[in-house]
Amino acid sequence: MSNATASAADTVKKISLLRILGPGHVWALGVGIVLVGEYTGWNFAADKGGTLAALIICWVIGLLYTSVAMIDSEVTSTVAAAGGQYAQAKHIVGPLMAFNVALYLVFAYTMLEVSNAILIADTVKAYAGEGFTDWHYKGIIAIVIVGLAALNYRGVLMTLNVNFVITAIAYLAIIVLFFSVQPWSQGTILKLNEMVTPENALPYGWIGVIAAFHWGIWFYLGIEGTTQAAEEVRSPARSLPYGTMAGMITLLIGASITWYICASLMPWQYLGFTYYPLLDAGKLTGSALLENMMFAATILAALASANGCINDAARAWFSLGRDRYLPQWFSAVHPVYRTPYRSIIFLVPIALAFAFIANLGQAITFSILSGVLHYTFMSVNIMMFRNKWPLGTIQRGYTHPFHPLPAIVLLALCVVTYFAIFLGYGAQLTAMVVFYVIMSLWFHFYRYRYVKRGDQFTMPWPKPRGY
Amino acid sequence: MWIMIANAGWILAAALFLWMLYDWFRVDTTYSEATLTSSREGEIEAYQETHKV
Repeated sequence: MSNATASAADTVKKISLLRILGPGHVWALGVGIVLVGEYTGWNFAADKGGTLAALIICWVIGLLYTSVAMIDSEVTSTVAAAGGQYAQAKHIVGPLMAFNVALYLVFAYTMLEVSNAILIADTVKAYAGEGFTDWHYKGIIAIVIVGLAALNYRGVLMTLNVNFVITAIAYLAIIVLFFSVQPWSQGTILKLNEMVTPENALPYGWIGVIAAFHWGIWFYLGIEGTTQAAEEVRSPARSLPYGTMAGMITLLIGASITWYICASLMPWQYLGFTYYPLLDAGKLTGSALLENMMFAATILAALASANGCINDAARAWFSLGRDRYLPQWFSAVHPVYRTPYRSIIFLVPIALAFAFIANLGQAITFSILSGVLHYTFMSVNIMMFRNKWPLGTIQRGYTHPFHPLPAIVLLALCVVTYFAIFLGYGAQLTAMVVFYVIMSLWFHFYRYRYVKRGDQFTMPWPKPRGY
Repeated sequence: MWIMIANAGWILAAALFLWMLYDWFRVDTTYSEATLTSSREGEIEAYQETHKV
């Protein structure tokens, strides 16, 4: 009987995700998810602390994310599996942490997808004029979420090829705008010295800079999403560090340019209020061509972000199913398209429901909160990784420098960000933490009994030091 | 123009969602559950080696 079962199992054709992506796709996934943050979101930091606070945050949070990218590159080049940080947490910290990390990932990306759909609908509404009712507004949201889900359903290669093209166009639009406003000639179009003066640079002092951490996250939120492609890249040890670090460099340049353009064209009171800083910058140049270009680029950036988020959220959900942390039913792979099709479809109505009832600020905040919880885990994770498997004990595709400095910097900046979020969204922060505690209890006392404990650890590593 | 695009958006979204549901049903009734859920972490296959388009 047991022989017959084993024989039947042997004849089952294995279907796995398709290993087809290169470093360019990794770049497109990471930068694609993040770039919308330059088009909207980061500028609310100016409302919290003034224009100079937004610049300080741009670079300080840049440091946080450089640490994230370096840490992530090292661990993911070693743990190359769909689910990214979930698979890392499972092998390095343990199942309960892994379950929480996967939830952070699904929430961060689904809420970011929702934010992008709302942003696109808001942008269209602003230009549509009279007669554009709530029905039409929701129609735009529906086609964004369902259309991109169908693209993801159809295959990862096409999904990330599309992301590469639209992300590149949206990024080039910022570069074109930068050179169009003659940055070498202050006073011609740009008026930084009039917009940012010693009196208004930090209107609320240094506490305003701390408060601005909340929205500064938006400059780079999601770059760590590159790791979700780990199981679908041809050479994870090379492509993931290369794509992630190249993406981070791209974003640091883009964020600095974005701040310079917007800070030189708008007073901080307006910059901190508008939903469309770059689109407004295009308008303020007086050129209809630039305005239309930035309108199209805003929509493309949001589409690229939503597209990448669907890809990442579905893979995190799929990984949970594969390890039976959720019903194994979710771990199905499409036999032709080789995508986690059930996970993709399952998350569509959830995203639609949030997009129809939530507002942009709430959706962004839930995404940021889940992201920061996730980064806090990463700082602990890398320290445990280096302690349990020191350099030389396992093969690493990339080894990040200055350890443990990036981990300490990351942890310290996460603590400051929690405080900043608490200042503005204390109730949401508390509610979210309570939610994760309840889910952890559910996992520990109920769900974990269904997990095949030996099967979940797949990396051929030696025993960790001290065990 | 945007109103027309938004109306078309509803129709297209419904069509795409129905296509996904149809394809999901077709796949689930064609292949066994064991095959569909056979993916295992750590068992990754090189596209160039085995995939046939």
